[in-house]
Amino acid sequence: MYAFTYQRPSTLADAVAAAQDEDAKLLGGGQTLLPTLKQRLAQPSALVDLSGVAEMKGIKAVDGGLEIGAFTRHAEVAHSDLVKATIPALASLAEGIGDRQVRNMGTMGGSIANADPSADYPSAVVALKATVTTDRRTIAGDDFFTGMFETALEPGEIVKSVRFSTPDKAAYAKFRNPASRYAIVGVFVAKHGAEVRVAVTGAAGSVFRVPAFEAALAANFTAEALNGLSVSADDLNADLHASADYRAHLVTVMAKRAVEAAG
Amino acid sequence: MANPNGVGASVRRLEDPRFLTGRGNYTDDFKRPNMTHLVHVRSPYPHALVKGIDASAALAAPGVVAVLTGADMEADKVGSLPCGWQIHSKDGSPMKEPGHFPLARGRVRYVGDAVAVVIAETKDQARDAAELVVVDYEELPAVTASTRAVTAEAPQVHDEAPGNLCYDWHLGDKAAVDAAFAQAAHVATIDLVNNRLVPNAMEPRAALGEYDPSNGEYTLTTTSQNPHVIRLLMGAFVLGIPEHKLRVVAPDVGGGFGSKIFHYGEEAVVTWAAKKIGRPVKWTADRSESFLTDAHGRDHVSHAEMAMDQDGHFLALRVSTLANLGAYLSTFAPSIPTYLYATLLAGQYKTPAIYAEVKAVFTNTAPVDAYRGAGRPEACYLIERLVDIAAGVAGLDRAEIRRRNFIPASAMPYQTPVALQYDSGDFAKNLDIALPLVDYDGFAARKAASKAKGKLRGIGFSTYIEACGIAPSNVAGALGARAGLYECAEVRFHPTGSVTVFTGSHSHGQGHETTFAQLVAERFGVPIENVEIVHGDTAKIPFGMGTYGSRSLAVGGSALVKAMDKVERKAKKIAAHMLEAAETDIEVKDGRFTVAGTDKSLGIGDIALQAYVPHNFPLDELEPGLDEQAFYDPKNFTYPNGCHVCEVEIDPDTGVTQVVAFSAVDDFGNVINPLIVEGQVHGGIVQGIGQALLENCVYDDESGQLLTGSYMDYCMPRADDVPSFTVRYHEDQPCTHNPLGVKGCGEAGTIGASAAVMNAVVDALSAFGVTHLDMPATPEKVWRAIQNATPALAAE
Repeated sequence: MYAFTYQRPSTLADAVAAAQDEDAKLLGGGQTLLPTLKQRLAQPSALVDLSGVAEMKGIKAVDGGLEIGAFTRHAEVAHSDLVKATIPALASLAEGIGDRQVRNMGTMGGSIANADPSADYPSAVVALKATVTTDRRTIAGDDFFTGMFETALEPGEIVKSVRFSTPDKAAYAKFRNPASRYAIVGVFVAKHGAEVRVAVTGAAGSVFRVPAFEAALAANFTAEALNGLSVSADDLNADLHASADYRAHLVTVMAKRAVEAAG
Repeated sequence: MANPNGVGASVRRLEDPRFLTGRGNYTDDFKRPNMTHLVHVRSPYPHALVKGIDASAALAAPGVVAVLTGADMEADKVGSLPCGWQIHSKDGSPMKEPGHFPLARGRVRYVGDAVAVVIAETKDQARDAAELVVVDYEELPAVTASTRAVTAEAPQVHDEAPGNLCYDWHLGDKAAVDAAFAQAAHVATIDLVNNRLVPNAMEPRAALGEYDPSNGEYTLTTTSQNPHVIRLLMGAFVLGIPEHKLRVVAPDVGGGFGSKIFHYGEEAVVTWAAKKIGRPVKWTADRSESFLTDAHGRDHVSHAEMAMDQDGHFLALRVSTLANLGAYLSTFAPSIPTYLYATLLAGQYKTPAIYAEVKAVFTNTAPVDAYRGAGRPEACYLIERLVDIAAGVAGLDRAEIRRRNFIPASAMPYQTPVALQYDSGDFAKNLDIALPLVDYDGFAARKAASKAKGKLRGIGFSTYIEACGIAPSNVAGALGARAGLYECAEVRFHPTGSVTVFTGSHSHGQGHETTFAQLVAERFGVPIENVEIVHGDTAKIPFGMGTYGSRSLAVGGSALVKAMDKVERKAKKIAAHMLEAAETDIEVKDGRFTVAGTDKSLGIGDIALQAYVPHNFPLDELEPGLDEQAFYDPKNFTYPNGCHVCEVEIDPDTGVTQVVAFSAVDDFGNVINPLIVEGQVHGGIVQGIGQALLENCVYDDESGQLLTGSYMDYCMPRADDVPSFTVRYHEDQPCTHNPLGVKGCGEAGTIGASAAVMNAVVDALSAFGVTHLDMPATPEKVWRAIQNATPALAAE
């Protein structure tokens, strides 16, 4: 890796100040950034390590849901009694991210700010009608992800926490890349009263919802309701591991499995 | 068993505490005063002319000591990396052997080909400066696929190898095969690819070169499976350093799987550069470099046909294979698709006539050489897939067609039509043990239960045989080997009765420090903790050919037995003198030397002390000391064999294949340490499952780039990809020609497993009309096979 300066602020305000340098990078759990640096694919002037910012940590119950600090590691979400009791699908998603080493380091804020098209959390942010609170504002989960590795965040803007709505029922079903264990297709299905959300990650450049699936499930929340429904393979990702056709097929399969798991 | 740590005991590995507590000493752990760090500048292009190298900016960068190129090596008369095996084509002409230089000279031929090296005070400084070396490349068209390399319009990798052909070789009796096919009642046919693999040893390759101007001695510390071979090849052919001025040390080595047999350019570069700059030079590959430059494995494209009579008896086998050798000949590359592949095509079957043709081609990819199994997995996979297809054609059960064609134990020793002579083996017995073990009769019920869950279940067999401990030297020499294939051992008793064994075998995970110590403990009755096994240093070990091809115990262990024989003979003479008895009256058992019919006896420790403090010693007959050396040249290969049975469940909605059961029944001859044997089998099976379902090295034939250059895309098997294995072995068929009766177990799992898995996958898909899938059977490939099924079948 190339040389950089390193800071570890203890308040969000200090972190925001430290991140003003346009070549600075925010360091969450480092599960994407550190390998990138090691491979000399990025050359930031400074790393602003967010692990010392207390106000970005913790999981708490709030009216209608959960608020999870951006610097909460995947393993903490996975093993939190509060998350398991309130939104078990979210704990289960976190337990399926990467491997144990990744889960012990990676953070929720880092994951959503990076907006990897095959990351798991974006599907939960969208399906669980989340709002993302930053150092300066609140962004609706629906507006947060804007493209492949792109978000609504402004330069230097730092995610402070994510607030998820508790659904009536929800589950996440993931088809893993056997090598990287990222999602080739991950489908988060959540039922909020009469509304059903189906959010798909891994299949395209960014997380997307499937209105036809949502309508069918709103009318009849069973896997059979999705029979005969599919997404178009146009604009879906294709790589060594899965063609666009296959991904389109898996979206339906994983959506059905999520509905079955949600019960 | 007299000794609790003797032969047959599952002694826990003596080396493990060192490894498990991080106290191993690997090449990268060595630090020398004034040591420098070397980083390679490697070609980003699969094929290009190197028009110029501008190192001025790199030389001016902080900490840089030197930038060296192929031109510098050429000026110093550094030679080409030699190839250790010469194959002759059908027409008698020798294989094409283009130059293979440690640093490219004017042309690069694969992505990762080394162009220059930067040596600096720190590794980071070397890396920084390497980015400043400006190489002027003129790109040339490239080819990575063997099937395209043989076409008329394919780019030429080497001017001296027209049509990219290294050799066009054959083995067997073509006329007899043609005649048998003319008489056949049934013919089974298959076209298959044996997928290219990246070895992925846990420890990346590394090399540390040193030069001592006071005595002109070089030392190379390197991640090698065979340091003496590296000393010979690098000293004699590349750098021109005589053996007495070159020490090669292979310390703890973290896995090899064959990829660390070969003499690599980096070893020559650090050794040469150490003298040139007058300081020690260390290079350690990063993982990306390992993917690009470790010799890869497999990469065959084959067509095969089996002729049968009306009852499914095999009459003849015809095989045609295209083998990708990569851009240059790695050390043993030419022997892998020939004498380690085609010679195994008889398998366990009495097929009377076999003819194999092998075309080996150059491509713009990393060199391909031995990888765990080396030729034998390719042979086993081809035969065992073809036998399954033959069963379908002949309308026979897949176990039955195997049984019907097995070479019977009573026919041993058995001369195959493809050069080898099997010494022992009872293939029907392996199957007899396996069938109840896996509850073959209950498979239909299990399949029905899977179906009720919406899953497709399949079962597959692989009745494999392989050839280990390649030998004898004179025969291998006649077949093109440019080296001997013996092993050396020295047994040194110390005055107080402890023992040091010096072996030319090399352990890089196999557990020699335990198994070899057990042999000594058993033979002489010494506590196992009093035995030390030393390997991996040309300054300590008399000589050695190293470890590959599952040869350590069969060849290195046999050398150790011979050395122990010599020790015992001398000890007996000493004992006779000390006990004032005739030598013929001395009986030896478990390390005690007793005068027959008396209670007068001595332990080996008493004798060792007298050998070094010879106050009551036959000095007129014997020299003092108790230190003996032996070389052992095997009379034949050994032939481990067995029966692997795999069961898979496929999810038709996703195409995901899960290995739900895997059993191995093996004949490794006698077993010294069952625990280590079982571990070797487990690891081997996992690698075989890896090839069948997960691993695939992919080059983009258009761009020539390695697409699977990291673990993000190259899928190594993990613990949760495999089930618990059921492993059994029997010792009823010991090897008949080595003193231990051992056959070797290091590669068997890998050789047998892939075919068993794929036979199970194809069986599971048979309802959809699928008769073959190429490895790896990835979820999408399996799903597509189901989608492409004929509607009538799919509806069933």
